[in-house]
Amino acid sequence: MSEVASRVANVPVRDARPRPSAAAVARLVAPWLALAVAFAILPAIFTSGLALTMLSLMGIMIVFALSYNMLLGETGLLSFGHAVYYGLGGFLAVHAMNTVIHDRLPVPLPLIPIVGAISGLAFGVIFGSVSTRRAGTAFAMISLGVGELVSSSSLILRGFFGGEEGVSTNRTKLLHIFSLNFGPQIQVYYLIAAWCVLCMIAMYALTRTPFGRMCNAVRENPERAQFVGYNPRTVRFIAFSLAGLFAGIAGALAAINFELVNSAAVGAEQSGLVLLAAYVGGIGNFIGPVIGAVLVTWLRVMLSDVTDVWQLYFGLLFIGVVMFAPNGISGLIMMHAPLWRARAYRSMLRLALTYLAALAPALVLLAGLILFIEMSYHLSVKAAEGTTISLFHIAFDTTSVKAWAATVILIAGGFWLFRMTWPVVSAAWHDASAEAHGAGRAK
Amino acid sequence: MLELVTISTLNGVLYGMLLFLMASGLTLIFSMMGVLNFAHASFYMLGAFFGFQISQIVGFWPAFVVAPVLVGGIGALVERYGLRNVHRHGPVAELLFTFGLAFVIEEVVQMIWGKAPVDYRVPPSLDFSAFTAFSTNYPAYKMFELVTAVAIFAVLLGVFRRTRAGLIIQAALTHPDMVAMLGHNVPRVFMLVFGVGTGLAAVAGVIAGPALVTQSNMAGTLVAILFVVVVVGGLGSLSGAFLASLLIGLVQTFAVSVNLSVADVLGGIGVAPPSGGALSDLWNVTVAQLGPIIPYLLLVLILIFRPTGLMGTREQ
Repeated sequence: MSEVASRVANVPVRDARPRPSAAAVARLVAPWLALAVAFAILPAIFTSGLALTMLSLMGIMIVFALSYNMLLGETGLLSFGHAVYYGLGGFLAVHAMNTVIHDRLPVPLPLIPIVGAISGLAFGVIFGSVSTRRAGTAFAMISLGVGELVSSSSLILRGFFGGEEGVSTNRTKLLHIFSLNFGPQIQVYYLIAAWCVLCMIAMYALTRTPFGRMCNAVRENPERAQFVGYNPRTVRFIAFSLAGLFAGIAGALAAINFELVNSAAVGAEQSGLVLLAAYVGGIGNFIGPVIGAVLVTWLRVMLSDVTDVWQLYFGLLFIGVVMFAPNGISGLIMMHAPLWRARAYRSMLRLALTYLAALAPALVLLAGLILFIEMSYHLSVKAAEGTTISLFHIAFDTTSVKAWAATVILIAGGFWLFRMTWPVVSAAWHDASAEAHGAGRAK
Repeated sequence: MLELVTISTLNGVLYGMLLFLMASGLTLIFSMMGVLNFAHASFYMLGAFFGFQISQIVGFWPAFVVAPVLVGGIGALVERYGLRNVHRHGPVAELLFTFGLAFVIEEVVQMIWGKAPVDYRVPPSLDFSAFTAFSTNYPAYKMFELVTAVAIFAVLLGVFRRTRAGLIIQAALTHPDMVAMLGHNVPRVFMLVFGVGTGLAAVAGVIAGPALVTQSNMAGTLVAILFVVVVVGGLGSLSGAFLASLLIGLVQTFAVSVNLSVADVLGGIGVAPPSGGALSDLWNVTVAQLGPIIPYLLLVLILIFRPTGLMGTREQ
């Protein structure tokens, strides 16, 4: 209560100030400078080729997931077809690059994402004008229909979408500036990083504008937003178009990165992936989709290396987040912010210890589940390749009773122990938040 | 021409009725619980695979009964232990839960039966031609599909409109608190509706499996079509879903048999279509090729001209 009151009291004070002080400017700029520095030095820390590729993919995914969150998180529009704008941005960027190469136009590669932005915006305006008439579930279904429309068309209009093999290009053939030819991955990484930081700043700034606030109002209560004098449909439409713009930039960056765009870029799987990234990271605050994009990209590259059924793990992860942590990973982290602010360090330490205590059985349960999935998969699909599989550097015989018994014991035991530790965690949490609340009151 | 029209009409109605079997469950669940079941087509797929597996062991007819019951049971369990817990996080969380579920079901089906189509065949007792229309033999199995779909539709409508159970369901839909006050277990009614809805999808799967291809990607394409049916018909309207199912079934079936393109039409009236360019395909695409995207075009058109759908009421 007091926290809300203080927040409300703070706003006019900050806004009334005609010129922000140097300290305020520094506070505003510092996180973004830190981010830019982090992007700049990351390749020096992770030097392998795989890491560089993955970092590039993460940068693209961050832009894409944040653009998705402009819809789901900020405006409350659940879209199942966001890849349409990503993919079409990519296709138009590729065609633009090929035209530039063909006609020898004086356009350098770093400007190509602008093409993606314009085309994403244009298609956002076109499809948004029909689909944002409805909100909620109807919007979700319509977005899926539009997504299917475009991805089915991509196999029919072969001239534009390049059929199954897609449209390829050569990023090194454009006008060179500062003697950069964008052949090596490191140069492409810095191009992506620069655009990523730019887009992040732009999208964050957008959430701070009156328009961003209206998006939130439309998400929370469209009727009241209408009473204030804003047409919810118009707000949704603008948010949708702008989300298309940033998705188009992400698509163009992907086109530059891969030098190839095919119909998978507009497909349902890509739409599902961005939804997964944004939601698992947490749609409730700005940093959530960034966390989700990094995690999902990493998991996707790593898991698909280790197991054939990585998509199953993705689905289970998603269901787990929806059921038990609907605010995503960032929501779980932000839950602890009041404790941190109240300086309830001692109870936080106790809480951390109970977390560790609960983590152990959770890991046992997880190991059991992984064992179960992998052994079932091996037994049913890969039976021809013998009956032994190696997991966690231990060999398991998928036909032996012992291995299955171990699996059952791990799952049941892990679940039981987790259930036992949960009340302890819950009690520690309540103590900590009570203390934080008390401290907040005392202040 | 008459032959084409007759056969296409029969096939279109058949496809439309199959769509309706699924769309009715989807609509019922949606109007009752406000949950859009993204995994509805996945239950259809489970029905087809269960039907295949069970018919391998005990034959088609027992499978025809057992598979939908099993799938309906799974659906009820999903409602009881999954959806009901997610409910407090709001409708978006519920929709996302079923989205994740669709993902998981597809993967599990791939794990068990692989990615290739399984050999799910028409039972020998129905493997003959029912009648000959214009020198084309019309298979008895398709007639069986049609009759089953129509019968289920009739039973469903009868139960819903004429029995006490239907009355309670309808009341629980609009006045859940009052129904609970009268001593009915509303959550259990929801569980049953979800179970029956998914069971209906499974019936469609069992009977459509042998006629179409039974493989692990059969849900993916269908779910979008189902959503089109539900939106075009009007969200939550059973009769709208019926109309839209038939409409889409007929349109898609007829489209396949029309081999005409814009270029042909323009050529017919003596205008040469522009040639070349990235969009030259636009002129040469035939209606038959467009078949798969016609439902989505219909969706966009409906949204422009009648945003509430054919039989939909105004959005609150």
